[in-house]
Order: sequence, then structure tokens, then C-alpha cells
Amino acid sequence: MKKVIMGNHALSYGAMLSRSQVIAAYPITPQTQVVELLSEMCADGTLQAKFIKVESEHSAMAACIGASAAGARAFTATSSQGLALMHEMLHWASGGRLPVVLGNINRAMAPGWTIWTDQNDSLSQRDTGWIQFYCASNQEVVDTVIQAFKVSEALAIPSMVVLDAFALSHTYEVVDIPDQAKVDAYLPPFNPPYRVTPDDPRAFGGLTGPEHYMELRYKLQKDMEKVPEMIERTGREYETTFGRYLGLVDDYLCDDAEIILVTSGTAGYTARVAVDEMRDRGLKVGNLRIKVFRPFPFEIVRRLTQSAKKIAVVDRNISYGHHGIFAQELKSAIYGHGGYKPVFGFIAGLGGRDITPASFREVVDTTISHERSEEEIVWIGVKK
Amino acid sequence: MIEMRFHGRGGQGTVVASKILADALAKEGNFVQAYPEFGVERRGAPVFSFIRIDNKPIYDKSRIYAPDHVVVVDPTLVEAIDVTEGLKDGGWIIINSDKKPADFKFPAKFKVATINATEIAVRNKLGTLGAPIVNTAITGAIVKILNLTKLESLLEAIGDVITIKPQNNQKAAREAYEKA
Repeated sequence: MKKVIMGNHALSYGAMLSRSQVIAAYPITPQTQVVELLSEMCADGTLQAKFIKVESEHSAMAACIGASAAGARAFTATSSQGLALMHEMLHWASGGRLPVVLGNINRAMAPGWTIWTDQNDSLSQRDTGWIQFYCASNQEVVDTVIQAFKVSEALAIPSMVVLDAFALSHTYEVVDIPDQAKVDAYLPPFNPPYRVTPDDPRAFGGLTGPEHYMELRYKLQKDMEKVPEMIERTGREYETTFGRYLGLVDDYLCDDAEIILVTSGTAGYTARVAVDEMRDRGLKVGNLRIKVFRPFPFEIVRRLTQSAKKIAVVDRNISYGHHGIFAQELKSAIYGHGGYKPVFGFIAGLGGRDITPASFREVVDTTISHERSEEEIVWIGVKK
Repeated sequence: MIEMRFHGRGGQGTVVASKILADALAKEGNFVQAYPEFGVERRGAPVFSFIRIDNKPIYDKSRIYAPDHVVVVDPTLVEAIDVTEGLKDGGWIIINSDKKPADFKFPAKFKVATINATEIAVRNKLGTLGAPIVNTAITGAIVKILNLTKLESLLEAIGDVITIKPQNNQKAAREAYEKA
């Protein structure tokens, strides 16, 4: 069934179709409609779930952790400052190997007080042991929530499904809402091997000394390393049922490209418009939209950038004192593979400043006209 | 691709107007993208909403700066702001007003149409006399003037989106469609 829905409601539909059993959330702009619709769905019986109102995002994640440990499928959504407040509990969810799924609306961090998009909120959670998906359309949001539960539950690692504030959260698009019976077949009920129950008492997250802790982390990393293959496999399975492949990246005209744009989020779709224009001008440009940031899809990124002469990474985020974060990751992925290739790092669109096709034209012009990047960071659209 | 901008005031249902239009167009197999002004809305303050329409997937997620057409839901905005900003030559300016198109002094490169959506809304008991809800009436005029969808698709979309007095809203849209 096709429906015109906003990105926030795409998250709600994803959580509903996945038959989330516990939803605990605290409202924050621009995420509010996600939980508004889910609370309505819980109230009118569309979704058989326990909706837990909490007093903070820290508690929201704590409630999801408790629910997940008890064997319930748990979902929450937040944004920016709310995600920052969850930080401690994010470690607890991944360390506890609890497959919670969280929708995060990318909103820049204050101050100055802001509600507009950039990726520093979710990228600040890079090392918490969560899988991170960055979406570019409302269709991708619905589909990815369903896939995220499947991947997370298979490997006992939580997932974050991320979308841009306003550019996706408040933007209405046509979405093919997956059929519930087909989703049920794709995503069977959550059935963890261990759960908190009086029938089978166990200790969870207890004191772990130096003789055991490292092995727990080793196992988390080893399972993280299995995620790319799992995403590709479940993505193909999704394609068989629903006709849409859900992969690690979205590569557009990369095969013969001399310059490859590396992008993410909604800007990764806008980049395609610019690529089409530049192809019309005879420029061999491609766009590699990174969908899964954690674990970083090293192998496919190396393969797709192999024949490019230059790479231009456009980051809607910054690691202060270093580079854009995707630029760092890209360099680390290709280092030592296939010789030297100049990587240009661009920063654009912080705090909701628009990223337009013209932004990408500027990016490509700079990349063409320089042998290598003369500056560590090239800023796009900044008033210096 | 057609790109449009709506001008209204917070509380008039400007965003809902673009949502209804998106719904109606999607019913006829179009690709659509509708979004409000990115930010916070205050009742009575000037607000914007936007819509992109195409027969193929829409990848451009940047904002609309050069619309093909503009819709002015609140006529007082014509004096307050430049509703033609970025408007492409030959574009329509569709205004909710009891005046005639010639009463507005816009450059000749634009086409002007008026529809008295306020009168239609009040007569159909939509909103109050002081704060009529004109968004459904104006969508009727838009689809007629721009030949965007069949009236039936619009009425169906109104039935889907509007939960309060859906029949009155459909009647208002039909009247505006017939008058425009």
C-alpha cells in the first residue's frame, strides 16, 4: 500500500511493522511525531506494545535495555541533546548485547541552540558499539528499521537508524508500506537465548574482572565484523520479498568514475542530481553514498573507489581539530590498498545550512582543479 | 519537475494544503515531495511550505529557491513580503482573494489567478469567521488552474487527510475547482 508520509512517521511505521513490543521515549524536536504516532498506535490497538513514558532519554534507553533483556523487541527514537543524554546507556545496550533499535533524527548540537540537521549527534556515538544506518529517503527509513531488527537480533548488537532533521524527518514522500504478513515472515519474533526471567535466574552485566572483560569486547568486535555480510544477506532477502535491495552503500555511476563523491544522508541523494548534470557535461563523476557507517564497509568502499583518480568526501559533521568524520574513515579504509589516491575533505551543511546541487558542483570544480587537497578541510558555503 | 511554494500564516493549514496536494498527485502515480519551512512555526506569523512533483523519483533534497508557481493562502502577505522571490518567468501566482487578478500589480512576466477561498470556507463552516480554514478550498483552485490532477483524486486525498468535517472540505474544494 502506497502512502504519502513524513520521515518521522516512516520510523513509526517501521517500528509498528516490526511488531515492537516495548516503546520507551521522550519527545524532542524534530523527533516528536515518531513517538506521537506510535503512542496513538498503542492506544488504538494497531500496535500491541507497552508504551512507557519516561522523564528523560537516559531513562528511555534504560527502559529499552530492561525490556530487551527480558526478551521484548524494544524501540526508541531521539535526537541531538537527547541522544547525548543516552550516551552512557548506549554503551550498556551494546555491551549487554541487547538488540534495541533506535531512530535518531540528526540535529546539530547546541549551543547555539538549534533544531536543524547535521551529523555530529550520532557520529559522537561512533564508538558506543552500535550499528549505524544513514538514510536518504522515507522508503529507506521504513525498510531499514525492519532490516535493523533482523540484523541486530541475529548478532545481538543494537542499531541506530539515522535521518536528517527536516530534510527527511518533516518531508513527505510516497512510501510503499510493506505488507504486515510479509514482514512477519521476514522478521520472526525476537527469541534471545537468554532473558531475564524468574524461571531461569541469571546475572546480567555483573562485575567482570580483567580475566573476562577483554574477551567480551573481543566477541563484540568479532560479531561487528560479521555485520556487513549480514546486512548484504538480509538486504537481498528483503529484495526477494519486497523488491528493494538494502545494502551497505548506494553507488551511483562509480564504475567508470574518475572522481567519486563520498556522501551520506539526504545530501547523498542531492549529490546524484549534480552527478547527472556533470555527466551531461562529460565529466566522469560518480556518487558513493555510505549508508552503513558502523561497521564501516571497508571492503565495498575499497572496491568501488579502486579505479577512481580522486575522491571527494563531503561531510555534514566535523571532528574538531581533525577532519570531517567520513573523510577520516574513507582515508583509513583505502590506506595501503591500491597505491596513493588524493582524498579531498569537504565540510558543508552544518546546523542545517542547505546542501544543494551547486554545493557539489563547487566540490567537483575544486577537486578537478587541484592535484591534491591543499587545505586539510575545504569549507563549502561558509561565511569566512 | 514542478516546484511550488505556498505562503500562509501559521494556523491556516498551509502545510496541510501541500500535503493534500502531494497525496492527490501520488494517487495518480506521480512522485512527490512536500515539506514545511524547516523550523518552528508560530500562529499568525508568515509560514511557507513546498512541493516537488515529478514523473520519476525525486533525488533533490535541497530546498526550493526558484519555484515554478507560488500559492498565497493569506492575501495580506502580498503587501508584507515578496511572494514572487525566485519565481520563474511565466509562473502562476495563485492568491486567495476577493479581488480580480488585474487588481494586483505584479510584473507582466507572471500569471495571476485569484480565488475567494475565504468566502467558500466560511460558507462551508470551515474554521471560524475570524480564522477560516481555507486550505482545502485553495487546493481545488490549484489543481484546476495548473491542471495537476483530476478533481476526484483531490477529493479522495482530502477524505484521507482531513479528519474534521471531511465532506465540508471536499465541497469547498469542489466549489473552488468549479469557480477557478
